[in-house]
Amino acid sequence: MLKLGLPSKGRLMEQCFDWFGARGITLGRAGSDREYAGRVEGAEGLELVLLSAGEIPREMAAGRIHMGVTGSDLVRDKLADWDRQVAELAPLGFGHADLVIAVPAGWIDVDTLDDLDAAAAAFRRAHGHRLRIATKYHRLVRDFLTEHGVADYQLVDSQGATEGTVKNLTAEAIADITSTGETLRANHLKILADGLVHQSQAVLYAARGADWGQGAGTALATLAPRLGITVPAL
Amino acid sequence: MAPKAAALAEAERLMEAFRRAGALPVEADILQPAEVLLDLYGEDIRARTYVTADPLRGEMMLRPDFTVPVVQQHMTEGAEPARYCYAGEVFRKQEHLSDRRSEYVQVGYEVFTRDDPADADAEVFSLFNAVLGDLHLRAATGDIAILMAAVRALNTLPSRKAALLRHIWRPRRFTQLLARFGGTAPVPPTRATLLEALAAGRTPEAGPLLGLRSRAEIDARLAALREDAAAPPISAEEVARLQDLLDLTARSPAALAQLRELSREMPAILPAVDRMEARLNALARRGVDVEALDFEASHGRTTLEYYDGFVFSFHAADPALPPVASGGRYDALTAVLGAGRSIPAVGGVIRPGLVADLRGAPC
Repeated sequence: MLKLGLPSKGRLMEQCFDWFGARGITLGRAGSDREYAGRVEGAEGLELVLLSAGEIPREMAAGRIHMGVTGSDLVRDKLADWDRQVAELAPLGFGHADLVIAVPAGWIDVDTLDDLDAAAAAFRRAHGHRLRIATKYHRLVRDFLTEHGVADYQLVDSQGATEGTVKNLTAEAIADITSTGETLRANHLKILADGLVHQSQAVLYAARGADWGQGAGTALATLAPRLGITVPAL
Repeated sequence: MAPKAAALAEAERLMEAFRRAGALPVEADILQPAEVLLDLYGEDIRARTYVTADPLRGEMMLRPDFTVPVVQQHMTEGAEPARYCYAGEVFRKQEHLSDRRSEYVQVGYEVFTRDDPADADAEVFSLFNAVLGDLHLRAATGDIAILMAAVRALNTLPSRKAALLRHIWRPRRFTQLLARFGGTAPVPPTRATLLEALAAGRTPEAGPLLGLRSRAEIDARLAALREDAAAPPISAEEVARLQDLLDLTARSPAALAQLRELSREMPAILPAVDRMEARLNALARRGVDVEALDFEASHGRTTLEYYDGFVFSFHAADPALPPVASGGRYDALTAVLGAGRSIPAVGGVIRPGLVADLRGAPC
């Protein structure tokens, strides 16, 4: 069996169903809306598993599902050496969101990472601790800031309502997902000109560590032309 | 890699050599308070350490090295001068799929003394050189103090020198800043717009000010930006000289000669160069073949940022392997951890697991 993991609820799930539906594969929930078992019509040997989008990277890394759809932000943040653990099969063209660094709009002296770095140095001298950046995307943000030579900051974990952390004095800046920037503006935050960490969208991945024997590899090979993808070496 | 038993056996052999050299064996807790280490090393270390939450003691860390706890112990209870040795597991997360271990044994030797720093540098290096002598490793050395002296001597604003000093350990950023301050990289468009507005006496519109960073801090930075914009760029000659210094790699005697040559135009680096010469003499007295010893001016610039003088490392032939040993001088760290007191310090660590591997490997 070829196991496909998809987000278990919301718009992302519907869009995934639509994407596969447009390619002649009807996916849906088995039974009631509350049940997380999936059903598949129109593809031999394909099994649907409905999961929390946040768990799909881990399930792929563990090889418990062969394929999965989730945001590229989650894959790159949760998996070390992500491209050695999963392979991108197809970007799906929805679920677009940007992971950005944002600072208080009142910081008229800070518009770039270069400014942020200088402000962080002065902030640490003045306050005796590092400038705090609230985020849930620790790996992506840390790698990005390291790459751009920003120092004297620290990440503080924020799993939700990240835009509120600055007002609540638990962080000085944030790194979060935004699609229109509306929530950031409403919270008097501005995006740094060069503060785009990652442009995320929903992507269909294959798990390199899954067992591709017992029909899974063949099922994918049969499915590939219908999905319009080329199967990479796994 | 060799099993832990082999690493521990090798660690014991090294500890014996360090004790014979006069070091007092010390221990450090495996669970260390995270705050000190995070404040010191920042996010680079958080990415590499196992952090856990203790219900009473807050965030704790599996020790990523011994240097910080050993310095803390010395600063609170140590007599001077002091020599310490230690052996035990350290823990570093591996962020890339590889054979590198996330738990391995480290053996270290640290010297705290106010006497003859050049000789203390030489003492640590020659001891490591002797205990690793049969492995035919390549040793590389450098000296962060020379780089710092060269930056401090630049004929430019103190704020620019401070920015460069802060980024000595981030070479790419250092190069960008140097290009900016040298006037060869453009001012970012957002900065240019801001400076234009300020020059015209306008303060840009902005929303309400949120968070801990105050209006006074923003004003101070705006003043610094104006000062920076008004200051002339660092001259092309000075930038080129600094670049020559950063690029310098040679055998130690030739490197010393080139540094002497450079110091004619950069007299501020003379004391550091004199100390390097004293160190080479001390190394020679202690039996190190300084004629063959590599010097790389930028050595140590990509390590954790607490070395501020002599730095060294020993490498196996296989470039995929981590250094077998590394160390250096960290005078400033003792001041940071010493709550008002400080003492010159130099030391280093060896990976006995790698040593055991290399000994076991067929020649």
